[in-house]
Amino acid sequence: MPKIKYVEHNGKEHEVDVPEGWSVMEGAVKNLVPGIDADCGGACACATCHVYVDPQWTDKIPGKSDMEETMLDFAQDLEPNSRLSCQIKVTAELDGLVVRTPKSQH
Amino acid sequence: MIIGAGQAGAQAVASLRSGGFTGTLTMVGDEPYLPYQRPPLSKAYLQGTLERERLFLKPEAFYADAACEMLLNVSATAIDRTARTVALSDGRSLSYDKLLLATGTRVRPIPVPGADLPGIHYLRSIADVDLLRAAFQPGRRIAIVGGGYIGLEVAAVAAKHGLDVSVFEALDRVMARAVSPVMSDFYRGVHTAAGVKLHLRTGVERFEGAGRLEAVRAGGESYPADLALVGIGVIPNAELAAAAGLAVENGIVVDRHAATSDPSIFAAGDCTSHPGREGRNIRLECVQNAIDQAKFAALAMLGKPAVYSEVPWFWSDQYDLKLQMAGLARPGDTIVQRGDPAARKFAVFHLREGKVAAVEAVNAAPEYLVGRKLIGEGTRIDPARLADTTIAMKNIV
Repeated sequence: MPKIKYVEHNGKEHEVDVPEGWSVMEGAVKNLVPGIDADCGGACACATCHVYVDPQWTDKIPGKSDMEETMLDFAQDLEPNSRLSCQIKVTAELDGLVVRTPKSQH
Repeated sequence: MIIGAGQAGAQAVASLRSGGFTGTLTMVGDEPYLPYQRPPLSKAYLQGTLERERLFLKPEAFYADAACEMLLNVSATAIDRTARTVALSDGRSLSYDKLLLATGTRVRPIPVPGADLPGIHYLRSIADVDLLRAAFQPGRRIAIVGGGYIGLEVAAVAAKHGLDVSVFEALDRVMARAVSPVMSDFYRGVHTAAGVKLHLRTGVERFEGAGRLEAVRAGGESYPADLALVGIGVIPNAELAAAAGLAVENGIVVDRHAATSDPSIFAAGDCTSHPGREGRNIRLECVQNAIDQAKFAALAMLGKPAVYSEVPWFWSDQYDLKLQMAGLARPGDTIVQRGDPAARKFAVFHLREGKVAAVEAVNAAPEYLVGRKLIGEGTRIDPARLADTTIAMKNIV
């Protein structure tokens, strides 16, 4: 099962196994990783699952949909490597992925 | 103690513990499951693209870590406010210092002859969808009663799945309670193009069949059907509160702090009737309200009451369209349309006294997000600018 490493804003790391097909958001929520709210449950409707993808992984993740792109536009503390974690599907290729959570989701 | 194991109940557990509550915590739920998300039930879960395991809001470890005792498959049958105890269906009685009612809603049964024939489904719980899914076979004829969110989301999944889909709606447009006529008209076109037979102004009179559903009688005609899905709204689960003498009027009446008339009892989520942002009492059926009101209920239970006045937001997924809405429209609002429905990307704003009161956006996240912000801030807006798609939403004010 792919391993995903979540790094909290304060630097605390959580490495967890996430089943293929799940989203990076689900991997965090189901493993009690703090810092990702995901109020809408992954419907790309709330923009409260914002993460920063580790720069060495940004090219390996499929691109953003128009909807994700525009939802992100309004997230706080946006960076070029910002993503909505509910829109990143976990695959075998993403084994070892590192994402960081922002200071706040609101 | 929390009665109700849904979105609001789960949020309350999180908020009570993160807010510093160190006492004992118990949750009572009448379904066999830990709190789960209901929105995907009529979408990805019905479609089979989301497994049951993924519906759960929090893993079991969350409740264990929060030292919250989960009493599932049990319902609360009575509240004794003097003794501060709750009687449970398994014969037990539990005492509380503070009680949160997060009892949600149940489906409104359809009051017509034949309504109990096998083959007629409702959609509210995992169990409901498991039953419906078993009957969801390509080629079968499904009659959907009610052209609201549930009916139309199921229609979209059914059409994609190869079922022969008919929708019966008593009113003259779909989603009439939730969206503007422009939006209703757009979705009517989308469903019709997908092969769904939409019967507007057509109330269902009875279900027909010998031993199981064979046809739906509507508008004086008989439509053959192998299965039916009834989605005609919900009823708040407020009987427990009413029997305990709490104020109930279209839901459990709470104030801006999510407190009932009893200082030890609070309520949150779909089951509450609460003061809306404009003063009048409203009852919302949405994830946003369940989450936010539960947060405020937790604050009040911890002795730190704050005023709940968040902008409500909603969404609906049908086919490849994401409908996102915020605020509450009212008859008499000025309607401003932005973008062209034919492009399958547009928004409808409702203006009241020069300010945005509500927004409905199809595949148009900026319109939705900026609209939601404008509603919250009560900013005055020029309708002509709002309608002008050459001005980006970011620069609209």
